[in-house]
Amino acid sequence: MNKIVKYIMLDILKSKVVIAYLVFLMVTGFSIFNLDENTSKGLISLLNIILFIVPLVCLIYATIYIFNSSEFIELLTAQPVSRKKLITSIYAGVVLSLTLAFLIGIGLPILLFTPDATGFIFLLAGILLTLIFTSLAFLGSIVTKDKAKGIGVAIFIWLFFTILYDGLLLLLMFQFGDYPIEKPLMILTTFNPVDLARILILIHTDYAALMGYTGALFNEFLGSQKGTITILLILLIWIIVPTMIAVRKFRKKDL
Amino acid sequence: MIETININKTFGKLRVLKDISIKLENNSSVALLGPNASGKTTFIKSVLGMVLPESGTIKVNNTDIKNDDSYRSQIGYMPQIGRYPENMNIGQVFEMIMDMRKEQMNHADTDLLDAFNMKSIFHKRMGTLSGGTRQKVSACLAFLFRPKIIILDEPTAGLDPLSSEILKEKVKTEKNNGKLIIITSHILSELDELVSEIIFFREGELMFHKKLEELQLQTGEKSVSKVITTILKNNNE
Amino acid sequence: MFSDSSVFFRQIAGRCFKNRKKFSIKSIKEGVAKAKPFDTLFIHSGLYKEQNILVEKTLSLIGVDNPVLDGENKFEVLTIDANSVLVTGLTIKNSGYSSMKDLAGIKVMNSRQFLIKNNTLINSYFAIHIANCDNFRIENNTIRGTPGTDEQSTGNAIHLWKCQYASIKNNDISGHRDGIYFEFVENSHIEKNNSYNNLRYGLHFMFSNKDSYIDNKFTDNGAGVAVMFSNHISMYYNLFSMNRGASAYGLLLKEISDGDIKDNMFENNTTGVLMEGTNRLHITKNSFYKNGYALRVQASCSNNTVHDNNFNGNTFDVATNGSLVLNNFDGNYWDKYEGYDLKRDGVGDVPYRPVSLFSMVTENIPIASIFIRSLIVFLLDRSEKIIPSIAPENLVDNKPLMKPVAL
Repeated sequence: MNKIVKYIMLDILKSKVVIAYLVFLMVTGFSIFNLDENTSKGLISLLNIILFIVPLVCLIYATIYIFNSSEFIELLTAQPVSRKKLITSIYAGVVLSLTLAFLIGIGLPILLFTPDATGFIFLLAGILLTLIFTSLAFLGSIVTKDKAKGIGVAIFIWLFFTILYDGLLLLLMFQFGDYPIEKPLMILTTFNPVDLARILILIHTDYAALMGYTGALFNEFLGSQKGTITILLILLIWIIVPTMIAVRKFRKKDL
Repeated sequence: MIETININKTFGKLRVLKDISIKLENNSSVALLGPNASGKTTFIKSVLGMVLPESGTIKVNNTDIKNDDSYRSQIGYMPQIGRYPENMNIGQVFEMIMDMRKEQMNHADTDLLDAFNMKSIFHKRMGTLSGGTRQKVSACLAFLFRPKIIILDEPTAGLDPLSSEILKEKVKTEKNNGKLIIITSHILSELDELVSEIIFFREGELMFHKKLEELQLQTGEKSVSKVITTILKNNNE
Repeated sequence: MFSDSSVFFRQIAGRCFKNRKKFSIKSIKEGVAKAKPFDTLFIHSGLYKEQNILVEKTLSLIGVDNPVLDGENKFEVLTIDANSVLVTGLTIKNSGYSSMKDLAGIKVMNSRQFLIKNNTLINSYFAIHIANCDNFRIENNTIRGTPGTDEQSTGNAIHLWKCQYASIKNNDISGHRDGIYFEFVENSHIEKNNSYNNLRYGLHFMFSNKDSYIDNKFTDNGAGVAVMFSNHISMYYNLFSMNRGASAYGLLLKEISDGDIKDNMFENNTTGVLMEGTNRLHITKNSFYKNGYALRVQASCSNNTVHDNNFNGNTFDVATNGSLVLNNFDGNYWDKYEGYDLKRDGVGDVPYRPVSLFSMVTENIPIASIFIRSLIVFLLDRSEKIIPSIAPENLVDNKPLMKPVAL
């Protein structure tokens, strides 16, 4: 493994915030499964953690990490190492640490209580969201100048993707409910990684309800393997593109 | 050797470096002076590749630094504020930087490490250290790889007098070893025995770049602080 | 109600006719022609391509070593117009398709007291078609249709029209339009059948009264069971599962009264039960698990009672299209209930409203279902729970159970 990644992980995995995150995930994970007699309700509570808590923690933590490390990052840029390698190493270090915390915190309860395909999809969705929102946090904090603004941007990204975007789509849907809006609406949801992750999970938990929708689009596309693979591919794009832009911006940034 | 040719940098509307052309030879020790926001730090950062000038060329040992990272192996840099990942201990910070510059490790310079007695506190977490101790870490790192060029940004700020003296001695030794040393400092008095040249920035412009002896002759003063105050007075009149 | 003893046979030893090679009689038609009433016809293994075998006298047709009767996709295979006939051990395939006539693998008309048992019917238009009969049994048959692309190109597997006192038991049915179809059928009983992968319904009642179906499995049909324009139907211990699709239901109830729905399991259906114009139905001790909508109650329903059911893991518990609710939902277990029980009597102290705001939205705009479980929907539903505005105010469980009903 890359040496920079190793040291960054050594640092982050010892940080109180990340340990608290891990403990929080594990405590909620275990209590969800223990309190509810039926695991399907537990999975719904877990869905909320994965869709809303994971992005929030990744955004805020990664943003604060970058701003708090700005002097150290400066020192590292004064070393004979390329900026591209530096920022990708830092990203890898942060994202691997957060993924590890998530995997242990949520993976353990899932492994113990629902070690099946649905549980696996939950973990996959959580990991993808961790990668995406850490990446967005990097992008946000590289283009902003100070910490306060950076955290503001991070919170806005979270609000936007978890509530505002869906709110806008709902408004759109109510406005144009009489028109054939299925396809545009479906396409618009791909611009939101939280929606994509949610649908990926819904296919496994609420498939029956989704099938109620009278459109071949849903039944033939989303329900099929092709649908799952397409969603995964778009989520990958959501990881790659912001990371690439972040790297590019960082290479040109004045520190 | 560092050579800048007509470098320009603006932050928004502010022009922080205006056509700066400077040539710094090896075997010299340069004080980089000027009021706040005069462009000193931006100049240093440009040389280190942290700030990318809009125009102009920077050469380090005769190679253009644009799109080059390896030239920085010839530079040791001690930042003004040294902040390190909180949960690393001192030993890990050294290990990490040493890992990044592995090829230079067979002739490492551990003089300062020994003088500051660093090894005895290697286990301490960075988050628990005082500003002075962190400065010591930064100083050690700057000299560790025997770089040909050493850039020190406010090196003695926050250091206790004893450590400050150790560092100054080290700078003198390296100067005599033929290195190029660049120092910025607000404490002009401590530069007396250290520097051979003075560069003065004001509002992004290079006011002058002269040998200390030359300036001493010109002003008739001995100490750096006197020399500078006299020049500034003359200029204002 | 149903009466099993009404179907019986007089076992009379008749002369036995043997078929094919070793025997003098080569065809079933010839055998039937030569038989006297109350004879038994042993049909030995072989492929019989005979058209329209017509049985007009009381006979037992017994297949030995799995004989195959082939209708060559053109003809009806076996037509019975006589009382007390037994058909067993036959494999009947490729009955013809006709848009004019209801061609069938086995057709029985105007008869009584017959038994159709242990047959296999493959690729039929109608598999077993019974018209105007009473007191008969259809048991242990395996029926495999070839589902066409639309409902018109395939007929029903077991089709009863104007019958009484029938018993349909232990049949394994798939690939037809309706698995079992009842029209004007009374006092009949359906038990332990497995009906799956049918284009339309696993079981379909039209204008049929006083029937019962117990312990059947309806899986992955267009809709599990449809009960329409029928009264006094008893539905016990059935499994309705995996009936998914735009208009798929576990159980579709339309214009029916006085039915009894008890101890059934509804799981993984797009809609567990759809009620339209139902009256005085009694729905109790059922389990609704992981359905899209557990219950969909149209405004046209009244005086139905829903109690002691378990609602677990459904996306929506109850959906409705109106604001006036004349049904009673008291005393069920809802896993989404968040109330408390200070009195410790096992009944929640605050009422539960099983209709969520968002289920009202998806009623009108189906595509909205892609927003299920999003934060905005959660917030909308929460605000609706605090200040009910759209969901019908009186659709409420005043005595929600704290623990699931033991079933």
